[in-house]
Amino acid sequence: MFNVVKAELRKLRRPTLFFGTIGAAIFFTGLITSFIYLMIDSPQGNGDRGRSISREILELASGSVNGFASVGGFLGIIALCVFAAQTAQEYTYGTLRNLLVRQPSRMKILIGKFISMSLFAVVMISIAAVISIAISYFLAPGAKVSTDLWFTSDGFEAIFTTFVNVTISVVAFGIVGMVLGLLLRSPISAISLGVLWILIIEVLLMAVKNSLQSWLPGAQLSAIASGGTLDLTYKHALTVGGLYVAVGAIVASVLFVRRDVAN
Amino acid sequence: MPNTAISVSDLSKKYDDRLAVSHINFEVPLGTVCGFVGPNGSGKTTTMRMLLGLITPTTGQGHILGEPIEHPEKYLSRVGAMIEGPAFYPALSGYENLMVLAKLGGFPIERVQQLLDKVGLGDRGKSKFKTYSLGMKQRLGIAAALLPEPKLLMLDEPTNGLDPEGIQEVRALLRDLANEGTTVFVSSHLLSELEIISDYIVMLRKGEIVFAGPIGELMAQQQPTIIAKSLLHSDLARIVEISEKAGHHAVIRNDSVHVLAEMDWAPVLNKAAFDAGITLAQLAPQLPNLEETFFEMTGDK
Repeated sequence: MFNVVKAELRKLRRPTLFFGTIGAAIFFTGLITSFIYLMIDSPQGNGDRGRSISREILELASGSVNGFASVGGFLGIIALCVFAAQTAQEYTYGTLRNLLVRQPSRMKILIGKFISMSLFAVVMISIAAVISIAISYFLAPGAKVSTDLWFTSDGFEAIFTTFVNVTISVVAFGIVGMVLGLLLRSPISAISLGVLWILIIEVLLMAVKNSLQSWLPGAQLSAIASGGTLDLTYKHALTVGGLYVAVGAIVASVLFVRRDVAN
Repeated sequence: MPNTAISVSDLSKKYDDRLAVSHINFEVPLGTVCGFVGPNGSGKTTTMRMLLGLITPTTGQGHILGEPIEHPEKYLSRVGAMIEGPAFYPALSGYENLMVLAKLGGFPIERVQQLLDKVGLGDRGKSKFKTYSLGMKQRLGIAAALLPEPKLLMLDEPTNGLDPEGIQEVRALLRDLANEGTTVFVSSHLLSELEIISDYIVMLRKGEIVFAGPIGELMAQQQPTIIAKSLLHSDLARIVEISEKAGHHAVIRNDSVHVLAEMDWAPVLNKAAFDAGITLAQLAPQLPNLEETFFEMTGDK
């Protein structure tokens, strides 16, 4: 298992992939966090889908990670793309047979891949957290937001809790990507379907019937990153989201272990 | 310790209603080079995939280095393989690609550079795989197969895309490995190459074994041919007639007559032709080669 993780990390540290992914994470983190402070007085709102995040909320002990929690969904989509591509490419390049000849235990391959990509995701999340908190700290005075409570013990607890929630959410998005990669065996198909579903289909479904958001997988995983939303409690999002991820992971793992590698 | 590297009994693979491999039986002794031949779609790659644990057989058993193929984890650490061509990550260099496999298999990383040097890629190891020519990709595939210092090496068309010099190098490499005790199981369309290096031959046709055994035994089964050429093309039909009258099958091919007969019948044919007023321009024996034998046995012309 450890060998699989080491081998996978060797692929993930490729400069184009590593810096490309981290660059995308930094871009979205900077953009979304900056909007919260730069558009604090905008009538169009400064949060997700026109919501307003007030000075009072930003001045709470959890204020430093408001931007970071908001960017969790985007980090999740980045993770979905990376996990899907890294899994499905083994089929398109034909490299899966090399892996299986060197490590015949398919579950070890799968778990090793998951661990290495999760480590990669944690690096991305950590960088995003640092960038988001730093941008928040520097933009707060200009937006007349007090940061007095941010670095108290409650503030650090909020940072830790948000980091854990975002990590759970991002890794869960990644598992969805991995499942799509295993099922569709093509990076383009897996990424297209995943992104299309989360960014377009779910949004349309929720626009048609708002109550659907309690059951849609993307909405649950995004809500986990924020520690729950006004419409979705953290516990509900964790339970429903966890069920989606668990069922998908079990089906994909069984298929991966039993399916002939014929390409 | 088993004395066979590969042993297969009643092995079949069915896809939907198509039998890709049909109840095949064969053995490959340890330390030999075994050529695995058959027309496209005859089931060679499917058989190799079953032996490597990549696909599950529909029926039958197989053993690799004494271990059942249901448990590839028991033997794959001693097996090197390249099937269906070299498959690597295009954005990684040859060196990085081998490093991924070395880490995965837990092999010493020093072997990576040694193997790159061995297959002639020592100075191109840092180039990305996607910039490699087909021949270089093949060489990298062979290097990857050699990573575990294999007791059994399974290669599918390893000389595809190689220039004549490269083909010669691969031939020498495989022979050297066999001399060091490695069993080599190799499929190739270059039958003349296999004929030179193989001790054993397994021949497949439409998923069934046509022949499996020592190459000498295969050749011994084939009837020698006498090639006769006359000065006048119009005499060829008469040579065929003379041969057929004597009970030897004969056909005209490429301005010469091919007579299925032992060489000691050649003087008889010479005299009969002379008596019939035919001047022979050439009369020579031709022992069947693997390519002709292959075409004859597989009916694939």
